[in-house]
Amino acid sequence: MRFSDIIRYTWHALSRHRLRTTLMLIAMMIGVAAIIVLTSLGEGARRYVLNEFSSLGTNLIIVIPGKTETTGGVPPMFVGETPRDLTTADANALNRISSVKRVAPVVVGSAAISWDGRERETAIFGSSHSLLKLRHWTLSMGTFLPDTDYDRASAVCIIGATIQRELFGTSNPIGKWLRIGEHRFRVIGVLASKGRSIGIDVQEIAIIPVASAQSLFNTPSLFRILVETSSRDTIHYVQTQITRIIAARHQGEEDVTIITQDAVLSTFDKILSALTYTVAGIAAISLVVAGILIMNIMLISVSQRTAEIGLLKALGATQHKITLLFLSEAMMLSVLGAILGLATGALANVVLTNIYPDFPVTAPLWSLIGAVTVAVLTGLVFGAMPAKRAAQLNPIEALAHK
Amino acid sequence: MIELQAIQRDFNVGDQTIHALQQINLTISQGEYVSIMGPSGSGKSTLLNVIGLLDRPSSGTYTLDQAEITALSDDERADIRQHKIGFIFQFFQLLPRLTAQENVELPMLLAGTAPFVRQQRARKVLQSLDILDRAGHRPDQLSGGQQQRVAIARATVMQPKVILADEPTGNLDRHSGREVIRILERLNGEGMSLIVVTHDPEVGQRAKRHIRMIDGKITHSD
Repeated sequence: MRFSDIIRYTWHALSRHRLRTTLMLIAMMIGVAAIIVLTSLGEGARRYVLNEFSSLGTNLIIVIPGKTETTGGVPPMFVGETPRDLTTADANALNRISSVKRVAPVVVGSAAISWDGRERETAIFGSSHSLLKLRHWTLSMGTFLPDTDYDRASAVCIIGATIQRELFGTSNPIGKWLRIGEHRFRVIGVLASKGRSIGIDVQEIAIIPVASAQSLFNTPSLFRILVETSSRDTIHYVQTQITRIIAARHQGEEDVTIITQDAVLSTFDKILSALTYTVAGIAAISLVVAGILIMNIMLISVSQRTAEIGLLKALGATQHKITLLFLSEAMMLSVLGAILGLATGALANVVLTNIYPDFPVTAPLWSLIGAVTVAVLTGLVFGAMPAKRAAQLNPIEALAHK
Repeated sequence: MIELQAIQRDFNVGDQTIHALQQINLTISQGEYVSIMGPSGSGKSTLLNVIGLLDRPSSGTYTLDQAEITALSDDERADIRQHKIGFIFQFFQLLPRLTAQENVELPMLLAGTAPFVRQQRARKVLQSLDILDRAGHRPDQLSGGQQQRVAIARATVMQPKVILADEPTGNLDRHSGREVIRILERLNGEGMSLIVVTHDPEVGQRAKRHIRMIDGKITHSD
């Protein structure tokens, strides 16, 4: 038998039962589309989180005051409770480690910011010159904090795009004096409105020198110190150096928590990948259900077409040819269903991308290949038994079948 | 051409054994026109099925075209059915979803004949049976006589050596039945052996050789 003839014959047989075939195709389609959409969402979530963490900066080490104790009665929520503060002097000490490229001490607080009668509550970052490059931020106008000693306060600030719009409207904010809490600051720059990073909207913050922030919030301690290493390979070395230096400066106590971006990234990567695989596996179960439906339909088809099978045998069809014909029918159902599922999944992804433009919804290649492979295999496995049953029919009894 | 020796066909029904064919010895030469008659259950259809390789005898030997058939595999038997035997059934057995021409093409489709060759040959056979104008119709748009003519076209399109007809007129009115018999006789005249199973005496008497069966045995053979 010719391949084109098998396809045509099978198509004829399927199109005789439009409703049955359509319902079957829908079942297969839903299975394949479910795998694609769910893995796309899982993959999207993974990429979204990785992007968020990457936007913190590259080769980043975060030093947080306090240490999580795994022993003792203090619950881990009290991270940060320590008798010894992290100070700008600590930050200076870290700056002297070789392989450290940039250090940015950070003080975070909240204060009222006002200009010309307009006022709003805003997150205030106290930091240094190197923060801009360390966090990969850019300015839309003006300059960033001057490169001075951490201890030197100066009355300058950089504001986010939203603050600029809400306080100044369309007028140029550069050089204007605004009020943050009890102090006056001159605006020297505006941050470009670029994305978010881990819950902080850079459009809604104001940045002032670290010493100014310490006096504004009346605290000598730092919220954390951000350290950028010269390369990925030196992260581990710098991490041990930080631990050693801080311990030496803090009377031998290792009372800081050090987080490397790598560790965070790979942890999230692992968790979210596992989640994606799990979801794909659950969706694949629906394909197995579709496979059982295929088997059911093929069994019905074999019993309805018993006389036809008898005739084909009388006309000289071998068992092999009859198996081939009925297997092709199951395969056609699963392949067409898979194609429809791919199309539906792609369409759903386009719709999702339109609804959530920030969320990267893309089907990973392995899920496309996997979904189609599983669908086709399902057709093959669950079509085999009915096809075999058809091939083994006794031609005389089959011909007598009404 | 067809040579049956001591053919036995037993069926087990429950704990009883039914001897559908008992010690059948029969020789039919190429081009013969034979009718097999007998009451229901006399084994005439079973005999036809054995000759047509749809059924395997329980014992005995069957030689077709000097070739011993009994020991052949299922696939080899399918191949012989494809090329040497044409079946005609009481209920036509046309596939309702295919047109008349597609039904005629079916044996060639199974044999893997090229579509163009297939169409040419199917149309030629339909024309010789005078139903080419119905080539595009489906079976439910054809009369019984026309359906049986399509079935005859399908049985002969591979140019078999022998045509096996099981009650070919059993489902037709008198007029159509006569016409179908005339066509079969014409094909016989062209050299194909024709074996007709019937219990219509009028049809049976037309054959040149008559075989009567009762209880699985041949009681009369010319």
